[in-house]
Amino acid sequence: MCAVDALGGGHSTAAATTLELVYFSSRSGNTHRFVERLDRTAHRIPIELEEELAPQGGPFVLICPTYADGEGKGAVPKQVIRFLNVPANREALVGVIATGNRNFGATYALAGRIVADKCKVPLLYTFELAGTDTDIARTREGLAKLERELCSTAI
Amino acid sequence: MKDVTETKIPRAINWNRLQDEKDLEVWNRLTVNFWLPEKVPLSNDIQSWATLKDDEKELTIRVFTGLTLLDTIQNTVGAPALMPDAVTPHEEAVLTNIAFMEAVHARSYSSIFSTLCSTKEIDEAFRWSEENPHLQAKAKAILDTYAPGNDPLKRKIASVFLESFLFYSGFYLPMYWSSRAKLTNTADLIRLIIRDEAVHGYYIGYKFQRAYEQLSEDRQQELKDYAFSLLFELYEIENQYTEELYDGIGLTEDVKVFLHYNANKALQNLGFEALFPAEVSEVNPAILAALSPDSENHDFFSGSGSSYVIGKAVATEDEDWDF
Repeated sequence: MCAVDALGGGHSTAAATTLELVYFSSRSGNTHRFVERLDRTAHRIPIELEEELAPQGGPFVLICPTYADGEGKGAVPKQVIRFLNVPANREALVGVIATGNRNFGATYALAGRIVADKCKVPLLYTFELAGTDTDIARTREGLAKLERELCSTAI
Repeated sequence: MKDVTETKIPRAINWNRLQDEKDLEVWNRLTVNFWLPEKVPLSNDIQSWATLKDDEKELTIRVFTGLTLLDTIQNTVGAPALMPDAVTPHEEAVLTNIAFMEAVHARSYSSIFSTLCSTKEIDEAFRWSEENPHLQAKAKAILDTYAPGNDPLKRKIASVFLESFLFYSGFYLPMYWSSRAKLTNTADLIRLIIRDEAVHGYYIGYKFQRAYEQLSEDRQQELKDYAFSLLFELYEIENQYTEELYDGIGLTEDVKVFLHYNANKALQNLGFEALFPAEVSEVNPAILAALSPDSENHDFFSGSGSSYVIGKAVATEDEDWDF
């Protein structure tokens, strides 16, 4: 899955584009604005429930907003659940990044904990709304690091 | 003779024909989240209240009368002023819910007062709120924008700033007390208000964004300039208000960071980029923890903190999952 360095390293830099992103963002667009700033190949799960995102070939990280009510119900958007119901998508899922708003108290970024729990993948990071510059920097670094680790275990 | 003005009869609202799915989504969220102050056992805070010093009590009551004023404005003027601008009948219905919950919030502070304070203390604090120049100035800045005949989108901008920014100089204090294990039931009630205001700011900001994306570049620029200049104006007032309230207990700088953080979030609700840089917007972790208890900050990437724990009680029951 990793692009191997022509000079035989099979290490770090050459693998820079293999880990892709899949994300959901409603029409309020916070998650979309965050993803745009990551400069990484990203596929958006359609807002219309009738439309589907084709299964992704390579490993990917899911970025998912939280829509929980006061009881925590409905945290993961239906579109994301549908996408994860496809076994091939779950197999390629490496980890999840969740967004939310701390003003929702204990359900802040709850979608991430639920997806991590259901799919047995790590919850990599949480951030609020469209993220801050710090969130962007940490996520970029974290994804690059994760990618290197994936490659070193795959080869 | 026929009457000159024709009575306009609204069409009966049909929730099975939506023009904007977000209306139903937000209606559902708001109605599920409905609450009343009687649900919170405020009297459990009486002992804790007794441990506060006199100046701390006075500060707390003043902060709550300031919040009461903002909720009163949003209840009686703000949310109703947005109704004629609604683009769907369902949006109008959502706004009636928002207006009513603002009345519940305003009413809640009086429940806190009657549980914890004397009539004399309460009356003094309300008098203070009527005379405080900074509090009156922020109320006026918002009300001027709400006035009939004003630009509907500027009204939405002002409304988002009220919901997502102006409340926070006040919300800081109960979160601070809660982080020190004081007035924890009051903090529970305030968190319910914060949750509601977050949905309100999100929804009004969303409606702003839908209208904004249809506009010419010139008009977009005009609105964006207006948003940032209004935010600066309000920020100046908030700084003075914060200094007057919090200098006495030495919390001013901590509150100001919280203001920056919330100003950035208000701008994001409108679809704009953040204004204050990270170094002045990193909120005291104790305050963040008080805002969202039981939800750890996850940073698996940096290897710091608790990384991830599988199987923490989360509501995964959802008929949509296939596995």
